[in-house]
Amino acid sequence: MFGYYLDLAFRGLRRNRMLTALMVLAIALGIGASMTTLTVLHVLSGDPLPGRSASIYYPQVDPQDISKYVPGAEPPEQVAWIDGMNLLNAKRATRQALMTGGMVPLQPTQSSIDPFRAMALFTTKDFFPMFGLPFKYGNAWGDAEDAGKAHIVVISSDLNDKLFGGKNSVGGTLRLQGADFRIIGVLGDWHPNPHFYDPYMGNYASDEDIFVPLTTSRATHMGHEGSVDCWGNGNGGPEDLERSQCVWLQFWVQLDDAASVSEYQAFLVHYSEEQHALGRFTRAPNVRLRSMMQWLAFQKVVPSDARLQTWLALGFLVVCLINTVGLMLAKFMRRANELGVRRALGASRRALFAQLLIEAGTIGFAGGALGLLLSLFGLWCVRQQPAEYAPLAHMDTPMLLATFALAIGASLVAGVLPAWRACHIPPALQLKAN
Amino acid sequence: MDIRPILMTLRRHKFTACLLILEIALTCAIICNAIFLIDQRLENMRVVSGVAEQELVYVKTAYIGNRPDAPARAAADIAALEGISGVKAAALIDQIPFDYGSDNAGLRLTLSQREDSLSAAMYHGENLLRVLGAQIVEGRDFRPEEYVPMSKVVEALDKGELGNQPNPAIVSRAVADRLWPGQEALGKQVYIGQDVPLTVVGVVGTLVRPSEMQMAKGAQYSVVLPIQEGSAEGSVYVLRTAPKDRDEVLKAAVAKLMALDPNRIVLEKGTMEQHRRDFFQNDRAMASILVGVCIAMLIITALGIVGLASFWVSQRNHSIGVRRALGATRSNILSYFQTENFLLTTMGIVVGMVLAYGINLFLIVHYELPRLPVMYLPVGAALLWLIGQCAVLGPAMRAAAVPPVVATRSV
Repeated sequence: MFGYYLDLAFRGLRRNRMLTALMVLAIALGIGASMTTLTVLHVLSGDPLPGRSASIYYPQVDPQDISKYVPGAEPPEQVAWIDGMNLLNAKRATRQALMTGGMVPLQPTQSSIDPFRAMALFTTKDFFPMFGLPFKYGNAWGDAEDAGKAHIVVISSDLNDKLFGGKNSVGGTLRLQGADFRIIGVLGDWHPNPHFYDPYMGNYASDEDIFVPLTTSRATHMGHEGSVDCWGNGNGGPEDLERSQCVWLQFWVQLDDAASVSEYQAFLVHYSEEQHALGRFTRAPNVRLRSMMQWLAFQKVVPSDARLQTWLALGFLVVCLINTVGLMLAKFMRRANELGVRRALGASRRALFAQLLIEAGTIGFAGGALGLLLSLFGLWCVRQQPAEYAPLAHMDTPMLLATFALAIGASLVAGVLPAWRACHIPPALQLKAN
Repeated sequence: MDIRPILMTLRRHKFTACLLILEIALTCAIICNAIFLIDQRLENMRVVSGVAEQELVYVKTAYIGNRPDAPARAAADIAALEGISGVKAAALIDQIPFDYGSDNAGLRLTLSQREDSLSAAMYHGENLLRVLGAQIVEGRDFRPEEYVPMSKVVEALDKGELGNQPNPAIVSRAVADRLWPGQEALGKQVYIGQDVPLTVVGVVGTLVRPSEMQMAKGAQYSVVLPIQEGSAEGSVYVLRTAPKDRDEVLKAAVAKLMALDPNRIVLEKGTMEQHRRDFFQNDRAMASILVGVCIAMLIITALGIVGLASFWVSQRNHSIGVRRALGATRSNILSYFQTENFLLTTMGIVVGMVLAYGINLFLIVHYELPRLPVMYLPVGAALLWLIGQCAVLGPAMRAAAVPPVVATRSV
């Protein structure tokens, strides 16, 4: 029966090509626009560390002075050097890492490559196991290197390809900030999106090329980049960051179960009280402990332009659908004669309804196919845009399936009312009118 | 023209008529808001910088390795840059308009005040205003002896010495008007940091602040301090020249800086004109997307009107013939369909206006947009009336062409 209805649907669609083309075009345009923006949104709001993100947390404490204190205010988004080091050395979580981004001048040994600035992350040893970074060659550093301010570096596979032709460069030397650094590890493929651990370098920024121990970066005066927020007379001068009243570091911890999360929360409160007693903190304990996905939502990493575009596209889709409802109604009502005859010959209302819906679904499928092409074109256009997330805009399998599901679903919804009305025309009246 | 028969006919096609009204209403609502958004973006892009944009080029550099004497070398760099032919003046400053990042500080009128009165961009660098070409409208520029090196400022700040002396500053007109509305700003005091007083010695007419995020809080809130910028990372060499010489001067400046010290990397360089263009590229992209969606939406709506009108014309073929046979002229038929469309569009627009305000409320809550000005509504309405009339013209002409003899035929 389905095959027969499909055949009828094709006949029906061929009867008034102009109207059919108009409906397919309307659905395709609406689907194309919505799927383009939804795909962008889907890419941007993804989980950067699937399977791991649930146990990663971002603690915050409030070391600011009392002068601008408002009860209930959000603590600073980063930590100061002293707090970061204290929390790091307390080792109260399964793993913990302190980090900040920077740009480091790199002088390649080959004369064919000009010196350039490499994007760097200054961090501590747990960064690698906590976020599950894959290593192609070598491995990460340990406590000794962190404490000894060792001149060692872990590099990305991109940089390894660029400087060493992809060969195992572990043990080799890299000249950074005018000093020699020994390469101890080369990363595999690792491109988390959003760039969750240091959003100050850009939420969807390209990834770091070099990873250096935080202590080493300070000892060798590597340039820190990112936001520095100070209070009182704190100044964000690069040489005074350790002792100034400024927050400029990100601190992440790994907590494996609910009990350790509440334990850590209590520890943060306890730490704040302790610092208060020492006279460093002047505010009442004001701590937060958000999970990674909560932190990303709180930070609103998805650009508001991308969200606005999605709303716009969905509005556009609704207009296209209403348009399709109207056109489908016109199309079905024109065939009142034929439907009347079929009813008189014994077809049930349900059969007619099913047949008309299949026709609507066929339009949706055609609209979906065209809409898919349009959204691939739309994504190509997005990739030409200047936004930093633009290069990420690619269609994936779930979104591809969603395109067809949305197109067919939308056309069925659009088809229900016209089909309902068309199959409720009394057959006798239709036949008599002729 | 009597609209009663039209309304009676529409009553018999309630469902289709409602669909059309709904479609027009949604289109109207979305288009009003989209035009408003486009206008907001264009307004962002029209911001006046107050600097001689056509005459400026800039170079940002960083040293490879550490250079403890970097601050001292800045003076030599500037002298060398001013020696390039075609360069009118050069300066080393901390930030320039249309940078993405920014250096800001909160200003307070009294020391006991808890909340900052406003947050302003902190510009500094020797001869900054003269090189940028920003106009002082009241008071004076800094005297040469007032400039202090950055390292001295940091030192004094650590010792708490700055609280006891008058530190000269130049503020923008916007800052002065906000802090002391209707009063003379010269000689007034304002505090930054914990207790550092600044005394206003001059007012600059317009000087835009960097960073899109900061511009949203007051695009013209800027303060200039008499601090010499050291040649550190992040500082910018700015050169003033004739518009036609910009490219050559830029090339010569980079060559000169590299010759003075090859141990550095050029991070960024360009003309101020191009810096401004890059700064607004996201706004431009968003505005063009919005324009595209508006056009697509109008086309879809127009096609919908054509489709439904054609359907109605073919449905009423017989009755049109009867009307023609009874003496109605072609233009009567034509104006019948046009009036019908006008009525439907008007109803759609009325509903659309209410919807437009609803959408605007949503945008106010979620995107911190201002209230939709009333003037956007007639623009949207006129657009839809025009589209409606154009779309219905084809089917209406076809209706007018129906010969009276149709009345005598049974279908």
